[in-house]
Amino acid sequence: MILSTSLNSTSYSFIDKLKAVDYFLIIIVAIIGSLSVFSIYSTESGNFSFYTKNHLIRFMVFFSMFLILSFIRVSAWYRQAYIFYILGILLLLFVMFFGISASGSKRWINLFIMNLQPSELMKIAVIVCFARYYHRIQSSDIQSYKYLLQPIILLLIPCYLVITQPDLGTAILIAGSGLVIIWLAGLNLKYFVYSGLILLVSLPFVISILKPYQKSRILTFFNPERDPLGAGYQIIQSKIAIGSGGFLGKGFLQGTQSYLEFLPEKHTDFIFTLFSEEFGFVGSIILIFLYALLIYRIIRIGFLSRSFFAKLYCFGFASALFLYIFVNIAMVLGLLPIVGAPLPIMSYGGSSMLSIMLGLSIVMSCKIYSRDPIGS
Amino acid sequence: MIKKIGSLNKNKIISRRLFVLVAAKIGLLGIVTSRLYNLQISEKQKYEVLSDKNRIREWKTPPQRGIITDYFNNVIADNQRVYQVHLSLEEVSNFNNSIFKLKNIISLKEDEIKKIYEKREKSKPWDTLIISENLSWKEFSKLNLYLHELEGAKPVLSTSRHYPYSNDLVHVVGYVGDATTKDIQNKKKIEENFVPGLKVGKIGIENSKDSDLIGNHGTKRYEVNASGKKISEISYNKETQGENLRTTIDLEIQQLAQELLKNQAGSICVMDIYTGEVIAMASSPTYDPNKFTHGISTKDWNEIKNNKLRPLINKSLAGLYSPGSTIKPLVALAALEYGIIDTKFKVNCKGHDHPYELYGERYHCWKKNGHGLMSMRNAIKQSCDIYFYEVARLLGVDKLSLIAKRYGLGSKVLEDFFLEEKKGIVPSTKWKKQVLEQSWYLGETVITGIGQGYIQTTPLQLCLMTAQLANGGYKIKPNLIYDKEIDLEMIKSKIESEKNKSVSQNILKDHQFKHYERLYRNPNNLKLVLDAMYGSTNEQFGTSFRSRHKEDKYKFAGKTGTSQVKRITDQDRELDLDLEEIEYKSRDHALYIAFAPFDKPRYSLSVLIEHGGSGSKAAAPLANKLIKKIIDRHELREKIRKDLKNIA
Repeated sequence: MILSTSLNSTSYSFIDKLKAVDYFLIIIVAIIGSLSVFSIYSTESGNFSFYTKNHLIRFMVFFSMFLILSFIRVSAWYRQAYIFYILGILLLLFVMFFGISASGSKRWINLFIMNLQPSELMKIAVIVCFARYYHRIQSSDIQSYKYLLQPIILLLIPCYLVITQPDLGTAILIAGSGLVIIWLAGLNLKYFVYSGLILLVSLPFVISILKPYQKSRILTFFNPERDPLGAGYQIIQSKIAIGSGGFLGKGFLQGTQSYLEFLPEKHTDFIFTLFSEEFGFVGSIILIFLYALLIYRIIRIGFLSRSFFAKLYCFGFASALFLYIFVNIAMVLGLLPIVGAPLPIMSYGGSSMLSIMLGLSIVMSCKIYSRDPIGS
Repeated sequence: MIKKIGSLNKNKIISRRLFVLVAAKIGLLGIVTSRLYNLQISEKQKYEVLSDKNRIREWKTPPQRGIITDYFNNVIADNQRVYQVHLSLEEVSNFNNSIFKLKNIISLKEDEIKKIYEKREKSKPWDTLIISENLSWKEFSKLNLYLHELEGAKPVLSTSRHYPYSNDLVHVVGYVGDATTKDIQNKKKIEENFVPGLKVGKIGIENSKDSDLIGNHGTKRYEVNASGKKISEISYNKETQGENLRTTIDLEIQQLAQELLKNQAGSICVMDIYTGEVIAMASSPTYDPNKFTHGISTKDWNEIKNNKLRPLINKSLAGLYSPGSTIKPLVALAALEYGIIDTKFKVNCKGHDHPYELYGERYHCWKKNGHGLMSMRNAIKQSCDIYFYEVARLLGVDKLSLIAKRYGLGSKVLEDFFLEEKKGIVPSTKWKKQVLEQSWYLGETVITGIGQGYIQTTPLQLCLMTAQLANGGYKIKPNLIYDKEIDLEMIKSKIESEKNKSVSQNILKDHQFKHYERLYRNPNNLKLVLDAMYGSTNEQFGTSFRSRHKEDKYKFAGKTGTSQVKRITDQDRELDLDLEEIEYKSRDHALYIAFAPFDKPRYSLSVLIEHGGSGSKAAAPLANKLIKKIIDRHELREKIRKDLKNIA
């Protein structure tokens, strides 16, 4: 561990640290992780092959990483927050020039063991960066234009880089994560109202610059039957799968929609659909409840923390996590347009898993070092 | 201190703002949950149906056609094993390539390949195309040898319609072919059971009894994946074979009839005079129905189409001919029934020098030197034209028309069973006014008396007429398919009770008759006519005397007929050419009607030879051979009849 703890006034014994760990949170993550492994196993019709193996290994590696990184001092995260952000921007720029493309978008860096998607890391970097940014600012200063403009620029840079990949879904989630912290920091409500109005007014202009496939996704969202075999196919099939699952579901490995390959992207964005088809209403509610518990634990840690950084980070991360989950589930339920947003922990995908686990380790670090006042 | 207050304040703000966020989250969770409830509980059924629709696909399996047999259970239409090659489109990556490879293994002609491409246009990506319906064993084994190179190709053992007695029964049984859009629209049974490649009846029994013969298609339900690939069979509702049909035809008599008509154009019909069972219905020339099953080749089709003797016409029921002298027994009967003449009535036939004259028109007898003084019996026996000119004039065409219709002329014998059956024409004054919008001339009555002029009949109508004369004058129900409701004993007892029914003069008025009802006023009139027909065949100077059977068992009675194709001019009469000297198209049609055995009549027949010359020379001799066969097979037929009755 490069980030040493020597600069801090408060010292912790190892036993104290172990005592401070939120084991309940770890258990919830482990349960959701196991459910995700079973779900990926089901997407492969009950064969323990490529996706299941990869997912299991990634989950175990990143889960361990989460546990280990939890012991990094939260003050270290605070100090490196801007570095983290700049690193994220650099990676995004790297992607822009040297990234690898798949199905029309350039999002990944080839790391040989896995393809890293820096935009996923950026989701966390923005939260850390903003938590630090607002940590020092007096609530009376927040409304000033200087402190209003700076974070907006900090937010626009990564969003622009991600949109040009193009990856509208992740860009929205990054923007959402940043806005959540700005909101928590206490920016006047009127700014949110104004910007909301401006967004509404500029909507026709925004739509005109959208890529044709993005437009078609939005139009399809309002009327999936517009193109049942093309853009509307995914959402129609997803609704059929979830609806036919019924109260108790079709049973583990019995989901015909996914088994017979009617479901597209079933191991990534549509993993909830598969889960819901096989475990029904009951299973879905349990999964949502587990996520709610996870979010509750994170918020609780925020309350227990003394520093603004930790509070802002935990509340911000919890809200961002909720946003990811909500966008994904609402999307597969046909409540939101298909924008390409994975379901945290459940979806197959290394970068998403990495960023969530990283985010959680910072949360845990807030818990372990909760008495740290951080900075001055 | 300020800082402390500031951070307290900040803490408060954060908590308050978080509270708003949490409230929003709970709200959004509520939306997600209610959406889940809506999809998975409220609308579960709708999505379950959609999910099944997604994953289950049905394939129809073709039904087997019912077997057709003759009266003696000889199979005359069955299903034969054929070797086929099908192409499963979903397994083919390059269609052109597959066809090219197949072309090198089995012989596919250019027009066949064109048809395959047309079929492919119409089919769905998961359909199976029939590439060849009827492969030879050699091709089939070759195909199996190269199968590994042919993706999607499947060698299939299937069945197809086969007619073991090919040409002999085509005019009765008909043939099958691919169902056209019209066939599917017209017949509900075809629509319901349609499967690509389904064969349906085109003409004959195959067509008219299609709904019984087709059977019901099977249904195989498969679970399929998103790209339509079969994953597993869920259920198989087996197809059922169509009904088997027993016809009233006697294969041996039918074959003999066809043999007798060989190389000529003509027809032979044989009927049971009580049950109305059609025992033979031959028409010549014929063609091979097996050629139509897999689509006939252009060469074969042209050969059939261009044959001058018109094989495609079923002459027994779609050929219209003037009945000629075969109408004479009916003319005599009509005159007797209406009391126009009696047995003593005589007319003098004085030969070509003294023809019959009416309003300046002259009408000749066929016999140059004349018959002399003719009574009714002799006039029928020797077929004197002069006598019938006079009787027809006295009778009038309307009364003749009424009796002719009563005995079966002018309407379809088998009702709507055959699409191609024709009604013929039985003229009357009213008919001429309605159809031709002209008045009737007496001269036309005179020639109608010898079966010329407007009158047009089919050979099957003449056979029915003969049957209804020979059975003593009762209306029968002709049929081609064995029907257990038609029972000989029942018919005979009905006839017996009709015999004793008292009738008034009204019976000679125009009215509808039910089956097995008596058609005559006085039974003696019929006896006189039948006896005259006996004379015609079995006494010297009778027109068919040379064709008689001497043995009592085979004795039959008949009437010859020679139907003019064109008007005989005085010049023709002068020349008096032999048959061979006249151009084929101008030769007379030869006709003969008969019933047998004379003492206890049971069967009637009609023979027609197109452009065969005189009835006595060309048609009557065939009846001689036929009747022997019919009588010889009578016992056997009766045995079958009893057996069938016992089963029923």
